[in-house]
Amino acid sequence: MFLTDSEKKILDGGHGEAAALAMAILTDLGDAVNAKRLVKISHVHTDSGFYLGDAGLEFVEHLAALNGRVTVPTSMNNTTYDIERCESYGVPGELGDKIKRIETAHLAMGVNPCWTCAPYQDGIRPKLGQNIAWSESNAIVFANSVFGARTNRTGDLLDICCALTGRAVETGLYLTQNRMARYHVILENFTQKALQDSRLYPLLGYAIGKSCGNKVVAVSGVPKGVTMDDLKGFGAAIASSGATALFHLMGVTPEAPVLENCFKNAGNNYTISMMPDDIRKAEASLTTAEDDRLDWVGLGCPHFSEQEFMTLYRLVKGRKIPASILFSVFTSRKILEWLKKKQLLKPLNDAGVKVYSDGCLLLYPNFIRTSGTMMTNSAKAANYVYSQSGFKAVYGSIEECVASAFNRKITRRRSR
Amino acid sequence: MTELLNCTVLVKGMGEGRVLKTGQTISFWGGVDPETGKIIDPRHPLFNEIITSRVLVFPFGKGSAAAPLVLLELARQETFPAAIINVEIDPLLVAGPVISYRFYGKAIPVVKISQDVFDRLHTGQTAVVDCEKSTILIK
Repeated sequence: MFLTDSEKKILDGGHGEAAALAMAILTDLGDAVNAKRLVKISHVHTDSGFYLGDAGLEFVEHLAALNGRVTVPTSMNNTTYDIERCESYGVPGELGDKIKRIETAHLAMGVNPCWTCAPYQDGIRPKLGQNIAWSESNAIVFANSVFGARTNRTGDLLDICCALTGRAVETGLYLTQNRMARYHVILENFTQKALQDSRLYPLLGYAIGKSCGNKVVAVSGVPKGVTMDDLKGFGAAIASSGATALFHLMGVTPEAPVLENCFKNAGNNYTISMMPDDIRKAEASLTTAEDDRLDWVGLGCPHFSEQEFMTLYRLVKGRKIPASILFSVFTSRKILEWLKKKQLLKPLNDAGVKVYSDGCLLLYPNFIRTSGTMMTNSAKAANYVYSQSGFKAVYGSIEECVASAFNRKITRRRSR
Repeated sequence: MTELLNCTVLVKGMGEGRVLKTGQTISFWGGVDPETGKIIDPRHPLFNEIITSRVLVFPFGKGSAAAPLVLLELARQETFPAAIINVEIDPLLVAGPVISYRFYGKAIPVVKISQDVFDRLHTGQTAVVDCEKSTILIK
């Protein structure tokens, strides 16, 4: 792989040992995947703070000990548990201490400790055509699709190497020709009412991801008025049931008008119709709950937005969720601060809603209960929760989740 | 009878062991337990098999973004496979062995083969992956 003089200088230690190690890793990877060169990136969203075992911790502490510093603005993805409050839900102190060590190492390297899987809700909004290196599947697909920025699915630990060097391996979605759609999904027979219902989008993403695997997808029929939260739920689902890192919504997302042309001539594209019945099937395949028993309502996968908190607040204020139902919401530190400033946190807590930051909703019950049934407004969470925590799952809108909590049993309307 | 097959080297090293092969992809995150090296996904055909010290043959990685963390943890816990053999390149799968070599000095060779060579590898064979010569020797 070709390296510029300044990249060679980094590799030779001219910018310190940490950057040299990071550059050696990127160079080895570039050679392995037959890349021509590296690409300069101007932002990193790193998942190197996710604790899966001591190897990741040892790696980032090593980089920090070598005085590694990020060379581009770098935001932290969520970690496994709420850094300040994890003991309140049973996380052993030793594990909590390791997560604090991960935080210390990253702070020393100069990252933004936002600890969120939805950085786009924290004001981090890369521009059309901007090369970035992001991790976290929902954030990646959002950055590529909704902002038109360019990132591959960077991968844990490689992301921090990108941050220390300001480079990524030039493959995949950094290259224009790879951003063309291979699948064209056409929505058919949906009513206007169904298309304006937020309940649809996570299920639609889940259904499309199952059909299209890791390919770029273009979708026709999504209205212009689709909200950021709809796109968040759609993207998180499409990237979890498949491995899609980029979707185009015709007439909605920034690259779609240009890319529409690629369908006219290319021969190897697939067209899929998506009908209301496909959504009902998707919902049925996501449902692992066996009856209407409910133990836990889990929201915030990806992290809950200000708008979602406003919806939740309107539904629960002045009421009290039964003590037998666990009701937890994960969000970013910034949005947690906003909740406090708007004086919304206390009424939510008084209603029985537990709010956490930094961590991952799916790992929340690991040290509390081993099984039960969870309800969530996230198709991604419903898809993953069983494998992550042993909970059975059912999907529902925020309204249905709240109604179910008050009724102490799963209460839903059918998909339109 | 021995047989010598060609491969393209992605990550260097020498690896010898018994072949463990599947036609399915492998997701390392949530699919492999780093402590035991065991495949823990009950839906996977290799469920309960141990990948440690095996020459692991599968078509391509599932591309979980956490795959590098899991592979590095396999290296730390000494539960890593003797070699990884794929038909398609997945950067997310290659990244773990690259970091393992640079950080722990532990080599998990990764090589790419053609579909034809893939068809000639079978579970239970003893294979030597030689990245100097770009060959796989089946003993």
